[in-house]
Amino acid sequence: MAKTLYDKLWDAHLVEQREDGTALIYIDRHLLHEVTSPQAFEGLSLANRGVWRRSANLAVPDHNVSTLKSERDAGLSALPDPVSRLQLQTLDDNCDVFDVVEIPLNDERQGIVHVMGPEQGAVLPGMTIVCGDSHTSTHGAAGALAHGIGTSEVEHVLATQCLIQRKMQNFQVEVSGQLGLGVTAKDIALAVIGEIGTAGGTGYALEFTGSAIESLTMEGRMTLCNMAIEAGARCGLVAVDDVTLDYFRGKPFAPKGAQWDAAELWWRTLHSDDGAVFDRNIVIDGDSIEPHVTWGTSPEMVASVQGHVPRLADMPDETARIGLSRALDYMGLEEGMAISDIQPDVVFIGSCTNSRIEDLRSAAAILDGHRIAPNIRKALVVPGSGLVKAQAEAEGLDRIFLEAGMEWREPGCSMCLAMNADRLMPGERCASTSNRNFEGRQGSGGRTHLVSPAMAAAAAVAGRFVSVSDVMKEAGGADR
Amino acid sequence: MKPFTQHDGLVAPMDRANVDTDLMIPKQFLKSIKRSGFGPNLFDELRYLDEGEPDTDNSQRPLNPEFALNSARYTGASILLARENFGCGSSREHAAWAMEDYGFRAVIAPSFADIFCSNALKNGLLPIVLSAAQVEALFAALYAEEGFRLSIDLQACIITLPNGEQWPFEVDAFRRDCLLSGLDDIGITLERSEAIRTFERRHQQRFPWLFEDIVL
Ligand code: SF4
Repeated sequence: MAKTLYDKLWDAHLVEQREDGTALIYIDRHLLHEVTSPQAFEGLSLANRGVWRRSANLAVPDHNVSTLKSERDAGLSALPDPVSRLQLQTLDDNCDVFDVVEIPLNDERQGIVHVMGPEQGAVLPGMTIVCGDSHTSTHGAAGALAHGIGTSEVEHVLATQCLIQRKMQNFQVEVSGQLGLGVTAKDIALAVIGEIGTAGGTGYALEFTGSAIESLTMEGRMTLCNMAIEAGARCGLVAVDDVTLDYFRGKPFAPKGAQWDAAELWWRTLHSDDGAVFDRNIVIDGDSIEPHVTWGTSPEMVASVQGHVPRLADMPDETARIGLSRALDYMGLEEGMAISDIQPDVVFIGSCTNSRIEDLRSAAAILDGHRIAPNIRKALVVPGSGLVKAQAEAEGLDRIFLEAGMEWREPGCSMCLAMNADRLMPGERCASTSNRNFEGRQGSGGRTHLVSPAMAAAAAVAGRFVSVSDVMKEAGGADR
Repeated sequence: MKPFTQHDGLVAPMDRANVDTDLMIPKQFLKSIKRSGFGPNLFDELRYLDEGEPDTDNSQRPLNPEFALNSARYTGASILLARENFGCGSSREHAAWAMEDYGFRAVIAPSFADIFCSNALKNGLLPIVLSAAQVEALFAALYAEEGFRLSIDLQACIITLPNGEQWPFEVDAFRRDCLLSGLDDIGITLERSEAIRTFERRHQQRFPWLFEDIVL
């Protein structure tokens, strides 16, 4: 029978199907970080349990680390915030006690767990991958079954190498055609969420297919699958192709030689079969996707940069009207206003959605030779890992950011969730390349507009949201 | 986990859609390495007028009088009535811990986000899905009548309203058994250790590269 990609991954990891509909699924890779693991390790200790398979786990600190070089240089024990320090120290200690491999704070490979994982080849096609972080969906870009879990499940995976799951349904999101100039994977993600809503993918594995997806780089596919969770889907998926294999070949933990050949044979089968049946399908015309900007407090509150904030009168019902008016109030926006009239105070380029080298390149290309607008109070560029940082520096991207008047930071989650000192002040408005615009996400009272790195860079220069497609066309025109 | 068999409790409203886990427990509290003590910071930004930090004494903070959970009418509530897509966003189990620590035993909504739902069930907090119309009716009744209570019978999967009406609801059978007995998932899975070992051996033969040691 024709199978979907998700079916194949599920079947290859099914330990046991139970009569009640739940199943035991084997986990190949478990990524850990400091925020969602301490209580899991504590649980193991209390129950006198050990780790099932040491080599399945890999830990890295990221959420709660300082991104200031001055604070990082003296190492973990010198970090100023004692509460954060204790949490980071606890990860180190737990990894020692339970013999879990950890990439430590100032190692060049340290970075946001979802940037580090693929970079090291610690996640690979065909794997089941979990992490106590909802954006684990990122790794579906590799044709892997990857999703976020809670802390009890972290403990469960550490102790049993399995997860109790119910099979999800299959949802195919086809993006046809080709993206226009300046339009990125981030814009596809925002367009999809705008279309199906933040709960549209609940209960589904979301497979992205179609020519616009095939043309994306691995990094673009990661951005897209990263945001699957914002559409309510625990996991996003993209089929394995040459782009996938080229990306993983030579990565530190990727198989080598004959093992690679054997792996490639299996990986080549990781696509939905012709005739595979999906429980739900949508088709989105890639040619017509424009750069997107979120205007509200949920990723589904999104519009084209050429568009407008909706009007109360256009809402279908009372609940929607209340939702809109609450969002407008929080965001400090007027109904019906043009997106291009919104002026950010802060720009944040970073997070597991958009902090990889291609993201930094696309932002730098827009910023090159420009300064940030006078109304931008602060602009942070936070590379996703030490390796991304080194690569960017080798290419001179750091100079471009610094000369534009931006700050060039050490790797970490930073202002994506503002657990460390990088946060918005109440009422501040941020053009952010992260993934959540919830109330208070980037700092209490902070206002977040989600955009692609190129759009964030264009907003930094213009001091308001502008279409990066137009900016690029003009620049191209001037060159000619 | 505290077993859940039957519960009778006061109902409080959370009358907005897409309540996310950031709203339930803001990030500054995720620095804790403990599993308990999150209750006083549940819905922190809605509940207090100032910004909460992990070490502040919450009893000294100014309360937001507009927030339902702060009104005397809902003091001691143990059932939360909510709108669609409750618990969306981050996978932080701290949200479920905070709900449980506050004293909630059940949340009723037309829909829940997947990860929150699974976290809740692992912490003795019962998510109950009712139809949008039923939830709407409960909101109306809750606002109309002070001291509105519901009685939940997990064994029979039935909610009883004050007027005696009984509404059935559905819960995953496996999760229901775990809740009823208060049983720990890990213990249940470890009983299947042999099956896992057998699978693992086959898996390793098929995909040997997955079993290479990780050496930094
Ligand atoms: S960058 Fe943001 S979304 Fe990604 S793992 Fe860190 S906190 Fe989570």
